[in-house]
Amino acid sequence: MRYLPLSEANRRDMLAQIGVASVDELFRDLPKKALAAAQFDLPRTMSEIEVERALGVMAAKNMNCATSAAFLGCGNYRHHTPASADYLIQRGEFLTAYTPYQPEISQGTLQAIFEFQTQVALITGMEIANASMYDGATACAEAVAMACRVTKRSHALVSGRVHPHYHDVAKTQMKFLDVNVECLAPDPYGVEDLIGRVSPDLACVVVQTPGFFGQLSDYTALGEACHKAGVLLVACVTEPVSLGLVKSPGAMGADIVVGEGQSLAGPMTFGGPGVGLFATREKFLRQMPGRLCGETTDEDGRRGWVLTLSTREQHIRREKATSNICTNSGLIALAFSVHMTLLGEAGFTRLAELNHATACDLADKLEGVKGVKLLPSAFFNEFTLALPKPAAGVVEALAKKGVLGGVPVSRFYPTYPELANLLVVCATETNSAEDQVKLVKALNEVLS
Amino acid sequence: MTLPTTASGHKGLQLEQGLIFEQDTPGMTAVDLPSLPTSKQRLGDMNRNGPIGLPGLSEPEVVRHYTRLSQKNYSIDSGFYPLGSCTMKHNPRLNEKMARLPGFAEIHPFQPVSTAQGAMELIDTCARWLTELTGMAAVAMSPAAGAHGEFCGLMCIHAAHDANGQSQRKVIIVPESAHGTNPATAALCGYTVESIPANAEGRVDIADLRAKLKEHGDTVAAVMITNPNTCGLFERECIEIADAVHAAGAYFYMDGANFNAIVGRLRIADLGVDAMHINLHKTFSTPHGGGGPGAGPTVLSAKLAPFAPVPMVVKAGEGYVSEEHAGYGTAKQALGRMKGYHGQFGVFVRALSYMMSMGVDGLKQASGDAVLNANYLMARLSAELTPAFAGPCMHECVFDDRFLKGTGVTTLDIAKALIDEGFHPPTMYFPLVVHGALLIEPTETESKQALDQFVTSLLSLARKAKEGRAAEFQAAPQLSPRRRLDETKAARRPILRWTPSATDGAKQAAE
Repeated sequence: MRYLPLSEANRRDMLAQIGVASVDELFRDLPKKALAAAQFDLPRTMSEIEVERALGVMAAKNMNCATSAAFLGCGNYRHHTPASADYLIQRGEFLTAYTPYQPEISQGTLQAIFEFQTQVALITGMEIANASMYDGATACAEAVAMACRVTKRSHALVSGRVHPHYHDVAKTQMKFLDVNVECLAPDPYGVEDLIGRVSPDLACVVVQTPGFFGQLSDYTALGEACHKAGVLLVACVTEPVSLGLVKSPGAMGADIVVGEGQSLAGPMTFGGPGVGLFATREKFLRQMPGRLCGETTDEDGRRGWVLTLSTREQHIRREKATSNICTNSGLIALAFSVHMTLLGEAGFTRLAELNHATACDLADKLEGVKGVKLLPSAFFNEFTLALPKPAAGVVEALAKKGVLGGVPVSRFYPTYPELANLLVVCATETNSAEDQVKLVKALNEVLS
Repeated sequence: MTLPTTASGHKGLQLEQGLIFEQDTPGMTAVDLPSLPTSKQRLGDMNRNGPIGLPGLSEPEVVRHYTRLSQKNYSIDSGFYPLGSCTMKHNPRLNEKMARLPGFAEIHPFQPVSTAQGAMELIDTCARWLTELTGMAAVAMSPAAGAHGEFCGLMCIHAAHDANGQSQRKVIIVPESAHGTNPATAALCGYTVESIPANAEGRVDIADLRAKLKEHGDTVAAVMITNPNTCGLFERECIEIADAVHAAGAYFYMDGANFNAIVGRLRIADLGVDAMHINLHKTFSTPHGGGGPGAGPTVLSAKLAPFAPVPMVVKAGEGYVSEEHAGYGTAKQALGRMKGYHGQFGVFVRALSYMMSMGVDGLKQASGDAVLNANYLMARLSAELTPAFAGPCMHECVFDDRFLKGTGVTTLDIAKALIDEGFHPPTMYFPLVVHGALLIEPTETESKQALDQFVTSLLSLARKAKEGRAAEFQAAPQLSPRRRLDETKAARRPILRWTPSATDGAKQAAE
């Protein structure tokens, strides 16, 4: 087996050194009954070429967004990854290192985390950020938990314009903690009144910008209302590219900003792994979940970095920790950071402008399709369309024409028949003019 | 020989590198983009005002920046990484190649399921390997890492007790030697934690456990035991423990962090386990990436399976459907959703690529070699070091600090001296039940030659300590990119991001 370096001669020598006759003897503490019962109906070892063939066949069964006209968003976005970004994260020194517990020989990972924390704080308009969470949805749940710790209250209000998976994960994570996670009904038309619901019994109000259905909303007034009532404003960002062009949650007065970094980190990979972004204000530092990297000096007075404030974390605080998180999403955070570094201020702004312009271009074209109505008046790179018939069927029909035309809202809200005709459509810099023409043509055909 | 000082601050191949924020050329970018279509903006009045403050660098500068940073990291690719309980085994590049196939990488979680049947098949195949290797009824694939898998398992247990009218069960019994995530996870479920001590052999004392079960009666929700445990030993009385737990009306959670020691040899279902998470980034070779991403699929017994979180892949005729809503269909009793989308799909691809490469025979050989390597280290290192427990050990061996008594050298000093020897230190001061612990996990992907080099270094350090050369240790490491860092200073005056004023960076980096 190509991954196992010991030869039979090595094994014999080593057993002799240990003083046992066989490897099985080393397993003598395992219950005999269980050893005897063990049977596995699984294949035997395969060569590299056989594995490639078998997995290649599986991969080929999927319609992939690189070779079809794809307009899918809803929290996962296809963007172009610069070649150097994917190369850099595959350097073995990054890829095959562990969590940087030994700072003297982990300065590369640590400095990259420090830069990541700074980038996340800058784009979200916040003071500090952590070293990452699993994904946007779990980061949102952690934000709700943190808001409860900060305010010592146990009621969270979640807007109906927040990604339904973020709702669901927050609700599930709080299930057994006597925290009421109140999720408002889906709000594609932007009619819900959040300010009117702010009250001093709330720990936080959770919103999303841009909203799940694409619309842009300014939550500055909501933030002010929250702060008057001692409530924290939690803002989710599922498309961080938007922050290159759109007002940041920090500028709207958010207290905690969470998000999904996948869109800048790399391929969608069916939605995982992603990277959870988590930023907040410095005054809440001790209540933050997750790892933090901080600056210090070594014995020779040289600048260096370490993991710090770990007295918040499970390996020190055990059942009193702010979270149980251990492994997070280090490599995806690195990918996010490398891409951000490649872009810089100018590239990041330009990428956001290009996304918005492409989406506006597509919206212009789709508004010309008979029976199609565009819902949001202001959006970044995705928007909701009301179709004249159920979106799920339309999407299936489009797929047969080689177009992944959007995400039907019914996939998330099957029990809301009034939302069945809604379709969320996204355009990024990866969508060519030809792709757009293909979508418009196919949609015209399917709807006629 | 003393090292020369240099004008650049570099030392040969050890190259200093400032922060990206200190390399800013305003307006510079490493990404060229096509021109904008001419469409009217639809941002409302939501335009950002003012600059963000991101630095501008060109592509060659960025590539050099991260290349230099990478060279300041120790990694499995470059050397032996015996970090106990972390399972730093070789990460095959085939796995990376497979995860980058466009049919896996370029697929969207919400494209119609009819267009993602290969992805469904991949998840289902990966799930089948895991249920077959454990003998368990079902697996929840979506947990993102080990701690998240523990959370999944305990939530299933909570949901099952609730469904059976046993909501008064609020106590989790955990051995003192447990990983910190166990009690932290219990707290997330609203549970309280009761610890049981390890016996002199480093194992759970079944009499203590029985007493604890009796004491807490029908308030015990579950017993959580890592097996092989954090002392590197198999809990021999595992089946008796399971029987006692079940007789008390509680569930048996096995922490699967150390599943790599027994994979392919027995099925944990035959031990009486109700739930166990599997760290794909440990047992199944997916890279740790400097701290994730991992994946923590959680296998469940038939009693707990109905409560597994969504989403789940369900076979339907020739193909698959994706059950994405708790409360419906096969997910009628599902406890909810723990993570966005379909779980750590890219990690599943890598793990499956590894499992298929190894095969069931290769996996058995791997656990055999992992245990052989650990016992070999234990045997050879015992020449100077003091093992905490009698062998045989499983995939890792633990030493206490008796061998350092009176030398003035600590476990930490030994670890830092190992850095100068070119090795990543073992896990230190864990498990907590072993005084001054050094927990050494070689994994099966190390050659005998690599182990022998490590033994030579560690034995020579032990002898040096015993010869009264403590001063040499306190200065270590001296040859790494940085020497010991001031962690107290970092915590007392936290600097968690770059700001133009808070960092005297560029100046200092150049010195």
